[in-house]
Parts: sequence; structure tokens; C-alpha cells
Amino acid sequence: MLEVKGVSAGYGSFRALFDVSLEVRAGEAVGVIGPNGAGKTTLLRVISKIISPTAGTVVMEGQDLSRVPAHRVVEMGIAHVPEHRRLFPRLTVEENLRMGAFHPEARRRFAERLDFVYELFPRMKERRLQMAGTMSGGEQQMCAIGRGLMSGPKLLLMDEPSAGLAPVIVQQVFELVKRIRAEGYTVLIVEQNIHQVLQVVDRAYLLEVGTIKQSGASADLLASPEIRRAYLGL
Amino acid sequence: MDTRIWGGIGIAALAVVPLLGLGNYHLHLLITVLIWGFVYTSWSIMGRFGMVSLGHGAFLGVGAYVATMLWNTMGLTPWVSIPVAMLVSMAMALLVGYPCFRFRIVGHYFALVTLALGEVVRLTIVGLRDQTGGSLGMTVTGVPEGTSFLALQFGDRATFFYVALLVWLGGLVIWRLVDRSMLRYALEASSEDEDAAASVGVNVTRAKLMILMISAAMTTLGGALYAQYQMYINPETVSGIAISLQIVFAVIAGGLFTQLGPTVGAVFTLLLAETLRVTFGHDIHGLDGTIYGLLLVLFIIYMPKGITGSIMAGLSKRRRPNPAAAPAE
Repeated sequence: MLEVKGVSAGYGSFRALFDVSLEVRAGEAVGVIGPNGAGKTTLLRVISKIISPTAGTVVMEGQDLSRVPAHRVVEMGIAHVPEHRRLFPRLTVEENLRMGAFHPEARRRFAERLDFVYELFPRMKERRLQMAGTMSGGEQQMCAIGRGLMSGPKLLLMDEPSAGLAPVIVQQVFELVKRIRAEGYTVLIVEQNIHQVLQVVDRAYLLEVGTIKQSGASADLLASPEIRRAYLGL
Repeated sequence: MDTRIWGGIGIAALAVVPLLGLGNYHLHLLITVLIWGFVYTSWSIMGRFGMVSLGHGAFLGVGAYVATMLWNTMGLTPWVSIPVAMLVSMAMALLVGYPCFRFRIVGHYFALVTLALGEVVRLTIVGLRDQTGGSLGMTVTGVPEGTSFLALQFGDRATFFYVALLVWLGGLVIWRLVDRSMLRYALEASSEDEDAAASVGVNVTRAKLMILMISAAMTTLGGALYAQYQMYINPETVSGIAISLQIVFAVIAGGLFTQLGPTVGAVFTLLLAETLRVTFGHDIHGLDGTIYGLLLVLFIIYMPKGITGSIMAGLSKRRRPNPAAAPAE
């Protein structure tokens, strides 16, 4: 479904990604794990065209995204749930969800998808008229995921869904991710919380200082001595 | 529904005002409020999305001068020259707005760009002395009979009142249309987080350009209408920094986020200016500016939603004494 081929990217003269390649197949949940500053967020920003790569290509369902502007990426079926939620804090929950269904095709199916999101997250229905910025972190994450789903994506990009949340809420967020998976969405999730994320994804790539160091099935990575030592403290 | 009924009653009440036999002075005040109320509404239509322009005098100036010059030199009816002026303003908005929005010039930096734009237009008017009369200003050539529909000149104030009323109502309608459009959501989202807005599919540059061009075109119409009413224009009174800043002040005082806020701002600034003029005359130079500045600071600190915003907040509090928004967990 999604192919990232030889991507390099950075900010100004700083390079954050070096020749990164990965692939996400339809129906899969794939993780990109790695420490702070490894380039995980940059990778997602390249995929959703918030920044342009200096080399390499991103291909979604056979279509090269090089010439696609950021605001059209969502029409190609990619929804980005950004790091730290990035909700529109002074809009209500429902207005945030409405923004998720902004492009014309999604607007037509707004009511239907809103019902779907409310069914998935009943809490959001209770809070529909509340300003998004006044909710707790976990609820905001729910709202951000809901906003992503409103566009009816084929692929959901999730950037550090557990960032800045209390441990007990982190658990809940990963439960949410499992439910999204169960609904049949293809998910690419970037996380520092390696132990947790490897429980919900099928495969993962280990990204360190801008390059892919290792990749494989979640169970293999969990068993890998290197990862156990460096990241899991076992 | 009841707001619609109240709106109808309000419009009907305004429509019979000229029949009440008000003196010229009071009618003049009302026309002034309507014209400036329209201009302020035009500014607030984009100002409410965090796009603060300190140079809307540029568009007022284009409206006043393009329409007047085309009329004075070529005898072109304002019915044609005003749309021409609006197109000129929209082109100008596009030229300045595109690079700003494309390269994320927002907030203070955008305000500074617009401030410069206002000055460029003012200096251009002053510089084209031979065509515009420079700092001495320019008189709109009057028609001999004093009233001509084609020239958009009305010797009778009451007629002009209706023209201004229609334009002002048009401004409120556009405000409402924008308020109910997806463009509003796109712009609110962009004003909070441009990356997040783009990633849900908002073409941020285009949305901002659209609202800037709408605002510019409306302001231009306001400027032209002002010229047609005053029959005299001057670079300071249409494009000076003082005017551009007064627009901002009036809207903030009246209320940036409500439909009638800018109009209330027009009433407020006019009453203030008239009171100062009557009380102190022109003896204390710069007094009005000082008081504006002081009030602006007070408004921003104590009434950031302006007069109308505070009234509405007060009303809804009385209606729902206990806001039931449950606290976050």
C-alpha cells in the first residue's frame, strides 16, 4: 500500500533521515520504533508531505507523492494523527471532527462517519460540544484519532500516540489502537514506547539516528537481544 | 428563528429613520456609522481569523481614488469604476497575500507587511500629485443637478442613507455567509495550527487568499462609497496609518467575533470622536489619538471580546447560570 524508497530529509542544513526505506502492506499494522531524535516524526512528516524529502520517493498505492501538495495527501487516503495531537483547541470536539472530514468526498459522508466515530468513542459523543483544548490528554488523543478517521483513510499514520500521557492513559491509548486495527484499518505507528507498541503491531522497523537499523516481526524484535538490552532494559 | 424576526424589525426600523424628520446632522452621523460599520465588518471578516491587517487603508484608498479618478477624468460611472477598483484591490491582495501565505508570514509579521502596504498606497497617492492632487486631496466632480443615479450622487441625504443601508446590510450578509461556510472552519483551523490544517486537507494558502480578497474587495467598496458621500478625499483620511489603526481599534472595541460587533465599534468610535470634538474642539492636538490608544489597551485587557462579545457572554450566563461543561477527568 505504502512504499517509502530511499528517503532522505532534513531541516535546513540538518539531515534527519538517511536513505530510509520501508513498506506497509494493506491490512497491516507497522511500527517505527526508536529513541528520541531518531527521525521518526520527520519520517511521518515526509509521508504526509508537511516537509519534502531531499531524495527518495514515497509511493501510495502506486502513485508517487512527490508532486502532491500537503493538503491533497489526505485525499489519497492517508490520515496523519500528529504528535501531541495538534487538535484545534478552541474548536469543539465536533468541529474538530468536522475538520477531519474537510475534503469534498469526505464532506458528503460526514454524518455517517461521525456516527461511526461516536460509536467507536462514545466519550467523544458526550463531549461533542466541549472545546477540544479543555479535555484531558487521553480524550484529546481519542479526538485526534477520530479526526483522522473522519477522512475515511486507507492508511492511518500515528505519531507517538502515547506522548505526554500518564501511564494508565497510555494503556488506554494502546487499547484504542487495537480497536482501530480490529476495524480493519492499515496503521503506521511511530513510538518510543517500544514495549507497548510491539504488542499491537505486526512488524516494526528500528530507526536510529536517521537510518533503519533493524526490522522484522514484532515477536522477533521483542526477542532480539540487542533491543532487549538497549530499549527494554532486560 | 427569533433572531430573524428581530433582524427584520431592526431593518424595518432603520428603513423608516429618514422619514422621522431628523436633522441633517443626525442623518449624517447615521450614514457615517453605516459606511464605517461596513468597512469595519469588511476588516473583521478576516481579522477574526487572526489575520490582523494594519493596512486596510490601502484598500480604502484604492476604492476612493480609482473610482474618483475614473469619474473625474473619463466620466466613467461609479457603477463601472467601483467594480474596477475592487478588481484592482483584489489583484493587490493577491500580489501581497500569496507570498505571505505561501511562506507562512503570520501574526506580527503579516501585520507589518500590511502596514507597509497601507503606506505604499498612501505614498503613491501623494506621489502622483498631478493626477491625485497629492496631500491636498481631491474633490469628486459633482453633477450639476446634485443628484444623479448614474453618478451615484445624491443631493438628498435620505437617499444616500438608503444606499449606505443596503451596502451595510450586504456586508452583514457576507459576514453570515462566511460564518456558515467551510471556509470559516478552514480558517479557524489554520489560525490555530497550519500544519494540522494542511494535514486534514485544508489548502491554507488558498483559504487565506480567499478571505483576504473578499475583505479587500469589500473595503474597496467602502472606500468608494465614502468618496461618493464626502465628495472629497485625501490620502490621510482614506489611507493614512491613523485610519488603518482606527479600523482595528473600532472592531476590537465593538467585538471581533460577532456580526454586529464592527457596527457597534463604528457607533462607539463616532460618538467618541464627536464628543471629543464638541467638548475640546480642535484645541488639544492629538488628544483623540491618545484616548484611542488608552482605550485600546483597556479593551484588550478587560474586554477582549469587545462590547458585543461581553454583552452576549453576560446574556448567555444569565440564561444558563451554571455552565454544565463537566470538567476534564
